[in-house]
Amino acid sequence: MIDVGFFLEIVPQLLSGVPLTLKLAGTSILLGFALALLLALAQQGEHRLVVWPIRTFVAVFRGTPLLVQIFLIYYGLGQFRPSLQAIGLWGLFREPYWCAILALTLNTAAYGSEILRGAIRNVPRGLGEAAQALGMTRLLTLRLVILPIALRQAIPAYGNEIILMVKGTSLASIVTLLEVTGIARNLISESYRAIEVFLAAGTIYLFLNFLIVRALAHLEVRMTPYRSRS
Amino acid sequence: MTIRRMAALAAALTTLTFGPTAYAQSAPTEIKIATEGAYAPWNFTNAKGELDGLEIELANDLCARMKIKCTIVAQDWDGLIPSLTVGKFDVIMAGMFITPKRLETIDFTQPYAVDPGGFAVAKDSELGKLGLSTERFDMSKEAEATTAIEKLKPMLKGKIVGVQAATTMLDFVKKYFGDTVEVREYKTTEQHDLDLAAGRIDAIFAQQTALAATLTKPEFGDYTVAGPGFVGGLFGMGTGAGLRKEDTKLKDMLNAAIDAAIADGTIKRISEKWVGTDVTPVK
Repeated sequence: MIDVGFFLEIVPQLLSGVPLTLKLAGTSILLGFALALLLALAQQGEHRLVVWPIRTFVAVFRGTPLLVQIFLIYYGLGQFRPSLQAIGLWGLFREPYWCAILALTLNTAAYGSEILRGAIRNVPRGLGEAAQALGMTRLLTLRLVILPIALRQAIPAYGNEIILMVKGTSLASIVTLLEVTGIARNLISESYRAIEVFLAAGTIYLFLNFLIVRALAHLEVRMTPYRSRS
Repeated sequence: MTIRRMAALAAALTTLTFGPTAYAQSAPTEIKIATEGAYAPWNFTNAKGELDGLEIELANDLCARMKIKCTIVAQDWDGLIPSLTVGKFDVIMAGMFITPKRLETIDFTQPYAVDPGGFAVAKDSELGKLGLSTERFDMSKEAEATTAIEKLKPMLKGKIVGVQAATTMLDFVKKYFGDTVEVREYKTTEQHDLDLAAGRIDAIFAQQTALAATLTKPEFGDYTVAGPGFVGGLFGMGTGAGLRKEDTKLKDMLNAAIDAAIADGTIKRISEKWVGTDVTPVK
Protein backbone atom coordinates (compact mmCIF):
# COMPACT_ATOMS: atom_id res chain seq x y z
CA MET A 1 0.00 0.00 0.00
CA ILE A 2 3.00 2.32 0.40
CA ASP A 3 4.28 3.29 -3.03
CA VAL A 4 7.92 4.41 -3.23
CA GLY A 5 7.48 6.09 -6.61
CA PHE A 6 4.69 8.21 -5.22
CA PHE A 7 6.93 9.24 -2.30
CA LEU A 8 9.65 10.39 -4.68
CA GLU A 9 7.06 12.40 -6.53
CA ILE A 10 5.63 14.24 -3.52
CA VAL A 11 8.77 14.86 -1.46
CA PRO A 12 10.20 17.61 -3.75
CA GLN A 13 6.79 19.31 -3.78
CA LEU A 14 6.62 19.20 0.01
CA LEU A 15 10.21 20.45 0.28
CA SER A 16 9.24 23.51 -1.74
CA GLY A 17 7.23 24.56 1.32
CA VAL A 18 10.22 24.34 3.67
CA PRO A 19 11.54 27.89 3.00
CA LEU A 20 8.20 29.39 3.99
CA THR A 21 7.98 27.16 7.07
CA LEU A 22 11.48 28.25 8.10
CA LYS A 23 10.75 31.91 7.39
CA LEU A 24 7.61 31.81 9.50
CA ALA A 25 9.32 29.93 12.31
CA GLY A 26 12.57 31.93 12.19
CA THR A 27 11.00 35.37 12.12
CA SER A 28 8.47 34.64 14.84
CA ILE A 29 11.03 32.90 17.09
CA LEU A 30 13.48 35.84 16.82
CA LEU A 31 10.86 38.55 17.26
CA GLY A 32 9.17 36.48 19.95
CA PHE A 33 12.43 36.01 21.85
CA ALA A 34 13.14 39.75 21.83
CA LEU A 35 9.63 40.47 23.10
CA ALA A 36 9.82 37.66 25.66
CA LEU A 37 13.09 38.99 27.06
CA LEU A 38 11.62 42.47 27.31
CA LEU A 39 8.54 41.16 29.10
CA ALA A 40 10.58 38.99 31.46
CA LEU A 41 12.87 41.89 32.40
CA ALA A 42 9.96 44.31 32.81
CA GLN A 43 8.46 41.95 35.35
CA GLN A 44 11.62 42.02 37.50
CA GLY A 45 10.70 45.54 38.62
CA GLU A 46 7.42 44.33 40.13
CA HIS A 47 5.58 47.57 39.45
CA ARG A 48 1.93 46.67 39.47
CA LEU A 49 1.11 48.83 36.47
CA VAL A 50 3.77 47.04 34.45
CA VAL A 51 3.35 43.52 35.78
CA TRP A 52 -0.43 43.17 35.54
CA PRO A 53 -0.82 44.03 31.86
CA ILE A 54 1.99 41.59 31.07
CA ARG A 55 0.41 38.84 33.19
CA THR A 56 -2.91 39.41 31.44
CA PHE A 57 -1.25 39.20 28.02
CA VAL A 58 0.54 35.98 29.02
CA ALA A 59 -2.63 34.47 30.47
CA VAL A 60 -4.63 35.24 27.32
CA PHE A 61 -2.04 33.95 24.85
CA ARG A 62 -1.16 30.85 26.85
CA GLY A 63 -4.76 30.11 27.64
CA THR A 64 -6.16 30.13 24.11
CA PRO A 65 -5.29 27.84 21.19
CA LEU A 66 -2.86 29.17 18.59
CA LEU A 67 -5.42 28.22 15.92
CA VAL A 68 -7.98 30.54 17.50
CA GLN A 69 -5.39 33.32 17.74
CA ILE A 70 -4.53 33.03 14.05
CA PHE A 71 -8.23 33.05 13.12
CA LEU A 72 -8.90 36.08 15.32
CA ILE A 73 -5.98 38.07 13.99
CA TYR A 74 -6.65 37.20 10.35
CA TYR A 75 -10.44 37.02 9.95
CA GLY A 76 -11.28 38.99 13.10
CA LEU A 77 -9.14 42.03 12.35
CA GLY A 78 -10.16 41.79 8.68
CA GLN A 79 -13.56 43.10 9.73
CA PHE A 80 -12.03 46.29 11.14
CA ARG A 81 -10.50 47.34 7.86
CA PRO A 82 -11.68 51.00 7.97
CA SER A 83 -10.17 51.62 11.43
CA LEU A 84 -6.96 49.78 10.52
CA GLN A 85 -6.69 51.80 7.32
CA ALA A 86 -7.18 54.98 9.33
CA ILE A 87 -4.15 54.21 11.48
CA GLY A 88 -2.12 52.95 8.53
CA LEU A 89 -1.79 49.34 9.70
CA TRP A 90 -3.99 47.72 7.06
CA GLY A 91 -1.04 47.17 4.73
CA LEU A 92 0.32 44.81 7.36
CA PHE A 93 -2.91 43.02 8.22
CA ARG A 94 -3.91 42.67 4.59
CA GLU A 95 -1.15 40.11 4.09
CA PRO A 96 -1.76 36.61 5.44
CA TYR A 97 2.01 36.26 5.99
CA TRP A 98 2.22 39.13 8.48
CA CYS A 99 -0.96 38.06 10.24
CA ALA A 100 0.56 34.62 10.77
CA ILE A 101 3.86 36.13 11.93
CA LEU A 102 2.02 38.35 14.41
CA ALA A 103 0.02 35.47 15.88
CA LEU A 104 3.04 33.17 16.12
CA THR A 105 5.21 35.92 17.62
CA LEU A 106 2.72 36.94 20.31
CA ASN A 107 2.09 33.30 21.15
CA THR A 108 5.75 32.36 21.54
CA ALA A 109 6.48 35.62 23.39
CA ALA A 110 3.88 34.69 26.02
CA TYR A 111 5.42 31.28 26.64
CA GLY A 112 8.99 32.52 26.26
CA SER A 113 8.57 35.34 28.76
CA GLU A 114 7.54 32.85 31.44
CA ILE A 115 10.53 30.61 30.66
CA LEU A 116 12.94 33.56 30.84
CA ARG A 117 11.28 35.03 33.94
CA GLY A 118 11.79 31.73 35.72
CA ALA A 119 15.35 31.41 34.49
CA ILE A 120 16.25 34.93 35.69
CA ARG A 121 14.67 34.19 39.07
CA ASN A 122 16.73 31.05 39.39
CA VAL A 123 20.09 32.81 39.18
CA PRO A 124 21.46 32.63 42.75
CA ARG A 125 20.96 35.93 44.50
CA GLY A 126 24.47 35.98 45.86
CA LEU A 127 25.92 36.38 42.35
CA GLY A 128 24.04 39.61 41.76
CA GLU A 129 24.91 40.88 45.21
CA ALA A 130 28.59 40.07 44.71
CA ALA A 131 28.59 41.97 41.42
CA GLN A 132 27.04 45.00 43.04
CA ALA A 133 29.53 44.80 45.93
CA LEU A 134 32.22 45.10 43.25
CA GLY A 135 30.64 48.36 42.21
CA MET A 136 28.85 47.19 39.04
CA THR A 137 25.71 49.08 38.07
CA ARG A 138 22.42 47.16 37.88
CA LEU A 139 22.52 47.21 34.09
CA LEU A 140 26.08 45.92 34.00
CA THR A 141 25.23 43.18 36.53
CA LEU A 142 22.32 42.15 34.35
CA ARG A 143 24.40 42.08 31.20
CA LEU A 144 27.52 40.41 32.53
CA VAL A 145 26.26 38.17 35.33
CA ILE A 146 22.53 37.51 35.47
CA LEU A 147 21.57 37.15 31.79
CA PRO A 148 24.43 34.88 30.67
CA ILE A 149 23.59 32.44 33.43
CA ALA A 150 19.83 32.77 33.03
CA LEU A 151 19.89 32.32 29.25
CA ARG A 152 22.10 29.28 29.50
CA GLN A 153 19.79 27.69 32.07
CA ALA A 154 16.80 28.49 29.87
CA ILE A 155 18.08 26.65 26.80
CA PRO A 156 16.40 23.26 27.40
CA ALA A 157 13.01 24.81 28.17
CA TYR A 158 13.32 27.40 25.42
CA GLY A 159 14.34 24.65 23.02
CA ASN A 160 10.96 23.04 23.65
CA GLU A 161 9.31 26.31 22.74
CA ILE A 162 11.30 26.62 19.51
CA ILE A 163 10.30 23.12 18.46
CA LEU A 164 6.67 23.87 19.27
CA MET A 165 6.87 26.97 17.08
CA VAL A 166 8.28 25.07 14.11
CA LYS A 167 5.30 22.73 14.40
CA GLY A 168 2.99 25.68 15.08
CA THR A 169 3.73 27.10 11.64
CA SER A 170 1.66 24.26 10.21
CA LEU A 171 -1.42 26.23 11.30
CA ALA A 172 -0.50 29.03 8.88
CA SER A 173 -2.00 26.92 6.11
CA ILE A 174 -5.46 27.94 7.31
CA VAL A 175 -4.79 31.54 6.27
CA THR A 176 -3.91 30.54 2.70
CA LEU A 177 -0.14 30.21 3.25
CA LEU A 178 1.23 27.21 1.40
CA GLU A 179 3.93 25.95 3.76
CA VAL A 180 4.69 22.25 4.20
CA THR A 181 1.32 21.33 5.72
CA GLY A 182 -0.62 23.48 3.26
CA ILE A 183 1.09 21.75 0.36
CA ALA A 184 0.46 18.37 2.01
CA ARG A 185 -3.27 19.12 2.23
CA ASN A 186 -3.37 20.05 -1.43
CA LEU A 187 -1.48 16.92 -2.41
CA ILE A 188 -4.00 14.81 -0.51
CA SER A 189 -6.91 16.49 -2.19
CA GLU A 190 -5.33 15.77 -5.54
CA SER A 191 -4.30 12.18 -4.84
CA TYR A 192 -6.59 11.16 -1.94
CA ARG A 193 -3.61 9.38 -0.38
CA ALA A 194 -3.40 10.73 3.14
CA ILE A 195 -1.00 8.19 4.67
CA GLU A 196 1.91 8.70 2.28
CA VAL A 197 1.61 12.48 2.16
CA PHE A 198 1.34 13.00 5.91
CA LEU A 199 4.13 10.49 6.57
CA ALA A 200 6.39 12.47 4.23
CA ALA A 201 5.33 15.82 5.72
CA GLY A 202 5.85 14.48 9.24
CA THR A 203 9.32 13.28 8.32
CA ILE A 204 10.23 16.77 7.08
CA TYR A 205 9.19 18.34 10.39
CA LEU A 206 11.02 15.59 12.28
CA PHE A 207 14.19 16.31 10.32
CA LEU A 208 13.94 20.09 10.83
CA ASN A 209 13.44 19.64 14.56
CA PHE A 210 16.28 17.11 14.75
CA LEU A 211 18.60 19.80 13.37
CA ILE A 212 17.28 22.29 15.90
CA VAL A 213 17.78 19.88 18.80
CA ARG A 214 21.38 19.28 17.68
CA ALA A 215 22.06 22.98 17.31
CA LEU A 216 20.66 23.71 20.75
CA ALA A 217 22.67 20.92 22.36
CA HIS A 218 25.78 22.36 20.73
CA LEU A 219 24.90 25.85 21.99
CA GLU A 220 24.33 24.54 25.49
CA VAL A 221 27.75 22.86 25.59
CA ARG A 222 29.43 25.98 24.25
CA MET A 223 27.79 28.16 26.87
CA THR A 224 28.67 25.71 29.63
CA PRO A 225 32.36 24.94 29.07
CA TYR A 226 32.91 23.53 32.55
CA ARG A 227 30.06 21.05 32.45
CA SER A 228 29.36 19.01 29.34
CA ARG A 229 25.80 17.94 28.63
CA SER A 230 25.08 14.58 30.15
CA MET B 1 7.90 -3.15 12.42
CA THR B 2 8.17 -2.28 8.78
CA ILE B 3 6.44 0.75 7.36
CA ARG B 4 4.25 -1.53 5.28
CA ARG B 5 3.07 -3.37 8.38
CA MET B 6 2.52 -0.15 10.28
CA ALA B 7 0.41 1.18 7.45
CA ALA B 8 -1.57 -2.06 7.35
CA LEU B 9 -2.14 -1.79 11.09
CA ALA B 10 -3.23 1.82 10.76
CA ALA B 11 -5.64 0.85 8.02
CA ALA B 12 -7.01 -2.01 10.11
CA LEU B 13 -7.51 0.31 13.09
CA THR B 14 -9.30 2.83 10.90
CA THR B 15 -11.68 0.19 9.65
CA LEU B 16 -12.29 -1.07 13.19
CA THR B 17 -13.05 2.39 14.53
CA PHE B 18 -15.07 3.84 11.73
CA GLY B 19 -16.32 0.57 10.22
CA PRO B 20 -18.30 0.98 7.03
CA THR B 21 -22.00 1.22 7.65
CA ALA B 22 -23.19 -0.10 4.31
CA TYR B 23 -20.71 -2.20 2.48
CA ALA B 24 -22.57 -5.21 1.25
CA GLN B 25 -24.13 -5.62 -2.15
CA SER B 26 -27.56 -6.30 -0.70
CA ALA B 27 -29.79 -3.23 -0.72
CA PRO B 28 -28.76 -1.00 2.20
CA THR B 29 -31.44 -0.11 4.73
CA GLU B 30 -29.53 2.63 6.44
CA ILE B 31 -26.93 5.03 5.04
CA LYS B 32 -24.84 7.92 6.20
CA ILE B 33 -24.66 10.96 3.92
CA ALA B 34 -21.85 13.48 4.33
CA THR B 35 -21.98 17.13 3.35
CA GLU B 36 -19.65 20.06 3.96
CA GLY B 37 -22.07 22.29 5.85
CA ALA B 38 -20.27 25.46 4.75
CA TYR B 39 -21.54 26.08 1.22
CA ALA B 40 -24.73 28.08 1.47
CA PRO B 41 -27.27 27.76 -0.01
CA TRP B 42 -26.36 24.23 -1.12
CA ASN B 43 -25.45 22.96 2.32
CA PHE B 44 -24.77 24.96 5.46
CA THR B 45 -25.31 25.09 9.19
CA ASN B 46 -28.30 27.26 10.05
CA ALA B 47 -28.80 29.58 13.03
CA LYS B 48 -30.10 26.65 15.08
CA GLY B 49 -26.89 24.74 14.45
CA GLU B 50 -28.60 22.23 12.15
CA LEU B 51 -27.53 21.27 8.65
CA ASP B 52 -29.76 22.92 6.11
CA GLY B 53 -29.90 23.85 2.43
CA LEU B 54 -30.78 22.57 -1.01
CA GLU B 55 -28.79 19.35 -0.73
CA ILE B 56 -30.06 18.58 2.77
CA GLU B 57 -33.67 18.89 1.61
CA LEU B 58 -32.90 16.89 -1.52
CA ALA B 59 -31.09 14.18 0.47
CA ASN B 60 -34.10 13.78 2.76
CA ASP B 61 -36.38 13.62 -0.26
CA LEU B 62 -34.25 10.97 -1.98
CA CYS B 63 -34.08 8.89 1.21
CA ALA B 64 -37.85 9.02 1.55
CA ARG B 65 -38.15 7.79 -2.04
CA MET B 66 -35.69 4.96 -1.40
CA LYS B 67 -37.45 4.18 1.91
CA ILE B 68 -34.22 3.94 3.85
CA LYS B 69 -33.00 5.64 6.98
CA CYS B 70 -30.44 8.39 6.41
CA THR B 71 -28.19 10.26 8.76
CA ILE B 72 -26.58 13.44 7.45
CA VAL B 73 -23.20 14.45 8.84
CA ALA B 74 -20.83 17.35 8.18
CA GLN B 75 -17.21 16.82 7.20
CA ASP B 76 -14.43 19.17 6.05
CA TRP B 77 -14.41 19.54 2.27
CA ASP B 78 -10.88 18.28 1.70
CA GLY B 79 -11.52 15.17 3.80
CA LEU B 80 -14.73 14.14 2.04
CA ILE B 81 -13.35 11.75 -0.58
CA PRO B 82 -10.67 10.13 1.64
CA SER B 83 -13.28 9.57 4.37
CA LEU B 84 -15.74 8.09 1.90
CA THR B 85 -13.19 5.59 0.62
CA VAL B 86 -12.30 4.39 4.14
CA GLY B 87 -16.00 3.98 4.91
CA LYS B 88 -16.73 6.72 7.43
CA PHE B 89 -19.94 7.36 5.51
CA ASP B 90 -21.59 6.10 2.33
CA VAL B 91 -22.63 9.06 0.18
CA ILE B 92 -21.29 12.58 -0.47
CA MET B 93 -23.78 15.31 -1.30
CA ALA B 94 -21.74 18.48 -1.01
CA GLY B 95 -22.03 20.45 -4.22
CA MET B 96 -19.41 18.13 -5.66
CA PHE B 97 -18.94 18.17 -9.41
CA ILE B 98 -18.64 14.90 -11.29
CA THR B 99 -15.19 15.13 -12.85
CA PRO B 100 -13.02 12.54 -14.59
CA LYS B 101 -10.34 12.98 -11.91
CA ARG B 102 -12.73 12.22 -9.07
CA LEU B 103 -14.19 9.30 -11.03
CA GLU B 104 -10.78 7.63 -10.83
CA THR B 105 -11.24 7.29 -7.08
CA ILE B 106 -14.97 7.21 -6.44
CA ASP B 107 -18.19 6.77 -8.37
CA PHE B 108 -21.04 9.23 -8.83
CA THR B 109 -24.76 9.07 -9.41
CA GLN B 110 -26.18 10.95 -12.38
CA PRO B 111 -26.09 14.72 -11.80
CA TYR B 112 -28.90 16.21 -9.74
CA ALA B 113 -27.94 19.81 -10.54
CA VAL B 114 -25.99 21.82 -13.10
CA ASP B 115 -24.80 25.21 -11.95
CA PRO B 116 -22.17 27.38 -13.67
CA GLY B 117 -19.04 28.77 -12.02
CA GLY B 118 -18.46 32.53 -12.10
CA PHE B 119 -16.68 35.50 -10.57
CA ALA B 120 -17.78 37.90 -7.83
CA VAL B 121 -16.00 41.27 -7.73
CA ALA B 122 -16.43 44.82 -6.42
CA LYS B 123 -19.15 46.76 -8.25
CA ASP B 124 -16.77 49.58 -9.13
CA SER B 125 -14.10 47.30 -10.64
CA GLU B 126 -13.74 46.96 -14.38
CA LEU B 127 -15.38 43.55 -14.43
CA GLY B 128 -17.97 44.62 -11.87
CA LYS B 129 -19.16 47.45 -14.12
CA LEU B 130 -19.94 44.88 -16.81
CA GLY B 131 -22.38 43.22 -14.45
CA LEU B 132 -23.71 39.70 -14.68
CA SER B 133 -24.16 38.33 -18.14
CA THR B 134 -26.55 35.47 -18.65
CA GLU B 135 -24.13 33.87 -21.09
CA ARG B 136 -23.02 30.35 -20.31
CA PHE B 137 -19.91 28.93 -21.89
CA ASP B 138 -19.45 25.23 -22.29
CA MET B 139 -15.78 24.54 -21.59
CA SER B 140 -15.87 21.43 -23.75
CA LYS B 141 -16.40 23.73 -26.77
CA GLU B 142 -12.84 24.98 -26.77
CA ALA B 143 -12.95 27.83 -29.32
CA GLU B 144 -15.95 29.63 -27.96
CA ALA B 145 -14.84 29.24 -24.34
CA THR B 146 -11.33 30.51 -25.06
CA THR B 147 -12.71 33.69 -26.61
CA ALA B 148 -14.76 34.34 -23.50
CA ILE B 149 -11.76 33.79 -21.25
CA GLU B 150 -9.48 36.02 -23.32
CA LYS B 151 -12.07 38.77 -22.99
CA LEU B 152 -12.05 38.46 -19.20
CA LYS B 153 -8.27 38.27 -18.79
CA PRO B 154 -7.36 41.98 -19.22
CA MET B 155 -9.98 42.90 -16.61
CA LEU B 156 -8.49 40.52 -14.06
CA LYS B 157 -4.81 41.07 -14.78
CA GLY B 158 -2.74 41.16 -11.57
CA LYS B 159 -5.78 40.73 -9.33
CA ILE B 160 -5.89 38.35 -6.39
CA VAL B 161 -8.58 35.69 -6.80
CA GLY B 162 -9.78 33.57 -3.87
CA VAL B 163 -10.91 30.00 -4.57
CA GLN B 164 -11.70 27.04 -2.37
CA ALA B 165 -8.83 24.54 -2.30
CA ALA B 166 -9.26 21.09 -3.84
CA THR B 167 -12.22 22.14 -5.97
CA THR B 168 -12.97 22.12 -9.67
CA MET B 169 -13.22 25.90 -9.34
CA LEU B 170 -9.56 26.03 -8.35
CA ASP B 171 -8.54 23.76 -11.24
CA PHE B 172 -10.45 26.06 -13.59
CA VAL B 173 -8.90 29.32 -12.33
CA LYS B 174 -5.41 27.81 -12.31
CA LYS B 175 -5.74 26.40 -15.81
CA TYR B 176 -7.31 29.37 -17.56
CA PHE B 177 -6.24 32.36 -15.45
CA GLY B 178 -3.09 31.02 -13.76
CA ASP B 179 -0.81 33.31 -15.79
CA THR B 180 -3.03 36.38 -15.28
CA VAL B 181 -4.09 36.43 -11.64
CA GLU B 182 -2.64 35.56 -8.23
CA VAL B 183 -4.57 32.58 -6.88
CA ARG B 184 -5.17 32.28 -3.16
CA GLU B 185 -6.57 29.02 -1.80
CA TYR B 186 -9.07 28.78 1.04
CA LYS B 187 -10.34 25.87 3.07
CA THR B 188 -13.99 26.96 2.86
CA THR B 189 -15.89 29.38 0.63
CA GLU B 190 -17.01 31.27 3.74
CA GLN B 191 -13.37 32.16 4.34
CA HIS B 192 -12.82 33.62 0.88
CA ASP B 193 -16.09 35.51 1.23
CA LEU B 194 -14.76 37.13 4.42
CA ASP B 195 -11.49 38.06 2.73
CA LEU B 196 -13.34 39.58 -0.23
CA ALA B 197 -15.37 41.74 2.16
CA ALA B 198 -12.16 42.64 4.03
CA GLY B 199 -10.54 43.74 0.77
CA ARG B 200 -7.67 41.26 0.99
CA ILE B 201 -8.62 39.78 -2.37
CA ASP B 202 -10.14 41.34 -5.48
CA ALA B 203 -12.37 38.55 -6.71
CA ILE B 204 -13.72 35.13 -5.80
CA PHE B 205 -14.62 32.31 -8.15
CA ALA B 206 -17.33 29.83 -7.17
CA GLN B 207 -20.68 28.45 -8.28
CA GLN B 208 -22.83 31.40 -9.32
CA THR B 209 -25.72 30.34 -7.07
CA ALA B 210 -23.44 30.20 -4.03
CA LEU B 211 -21.99 33.62 -4.93
CA ALA B 212 -25.47 35.09 -5.31
CA ALA B 213 -26.41 33.80 -1.85
CA THR B 214 -23.25 35.28 -0.31
CA LEU B 215 -23.84 38.66 -1.89
CA THR B 216 -27.25 39.03 -0.25
CA LYS B 217 -25.48 39.59 3.08
CA PRO B 218 -25.22 43.28 4.08
CA GLU B 219 -21.41 43.47 4.14
CA PHE B 220 -21.33 42.53 0.44
CA GLY B 221 -23.40 45.53 -0.71
CA ASP B 222 -20.51 46.80 -2.86
CA TYR B 223 -19.95 43.47 -4.62
CA THR B 224 -21.62 41.73 -7.52
CA VAL B 225 -21.54 38.51 -9.53
CA ALA B 226 -20.06 39.52 -12.88
CA GLY B 227 -19.20 38.09 -16.26
CA PRO B 228 -20.44 34.89 -17.86
CA GLY B 229 -20.94 31.48 -16.29
CA PHE B 230 -18.82 28.45 -17.13
CA VAL B 231 -20.02 24.84 -17.38
CA GLY B 232 -18.83 21.56 -18.89
CA GLY B 233 -15.23 20.61 -19.64
CA LEU B 234 -13.28 20.71 -16.38
CA PHE B 235 -16.55 21.17 -14.52
CA GLY B 236 -17.63 17.74 -15.64
CA MET B 237 -21.24 16.74 -15.93
CA GLY B 238 -22.65 18.73 -13.05
CA THR B 239 -23.23 18.09 -9.35
CA GLY B 240 -23.82 14.50 -8.32
CA ALA B 241 -23.80 12.30 -5.24
CA GLY B 242 -20.44 10.58 -4.66
CA LEU B 243 -20.25 7.00 -3.49
CA ARG B 244 -17.80 4.11 -3.32
CA LYS B 245 -17.27 2.24 -6.56
CA GLU B 246 -18.36 -1.09 -5.06
CA ASP B 247 -21.72 0.21 -3.85
CA THR B 248 -23.45 -0.40 -7.17
CA LYS B 249 -26.75 -1.33 -5.59
CA LEU B 250 -26.89 1.97 -3.71
CA LYS B 251 -25.97 3.80 -6.92
CA ASP B 252 -28.91 2.23 -8.76
CA MET B 253 -31.26 3.16 -5.94
CA LEU B 254 -30.03 6.77 -5.84
CA ASN B 255 -30.19 7.13 -9.63
CA ALA B 256 -33.79 5.91 -9.65
CA ALA B 257 -34.67 8.32 -6.85
CA ILE B 258 -33.00 11.25 -8.68
CA ASP B 259 -34.87 10.30 -11.88
CA ALA B 260 -38.13 10.43 -9.97
CA ALA B 261 -37.23 13.72 -8.30
CA ILE B 262 -36.41 15.28 -11.68
CA ALA B 263 -39.54 13.85 -13.31
CA ASP B 264 -42.04 15.14 -10.75
CA GLY B 265 -40.41 18.58 -10.52
CA THR B 266 -39.12 18.17 -6.96
CA ILE B 267 -35.59 19.28 -7.87
CA LYS B 268 -36.96 22.32 -9.73
CA ARG B 269 -39.09 23.24 -6.71
CA ILE B 270 -36.30 22.74 -4.15
CA SER B 271 -33.72 24.59 -6.23
CA GLU B 272 -35.97 27.58 -6.90
CA LYS B 273 -36.64 27.73 -3.18
CA TRP B 274 -32.95 27.73 -2.22
CA VAL B 275 -30.97 29.23 -5.09
CA GLY B 276 -33.64 31.23 -6.93
CA THR B 277 -33.11 29.49 -10.27
CA ASP B 278 -33.83 26.08 -11.69
CA VAL B 279 -30.65 23.99 -11.66
CA THR B 280 -32.30 20.76 -12.83
CA PRO B 281 -29.94 19.01 -15.26
CA VAL B 282 -31.17 18.85 -18.84
CA LYS B 283 -31.28 15.24 -19.92
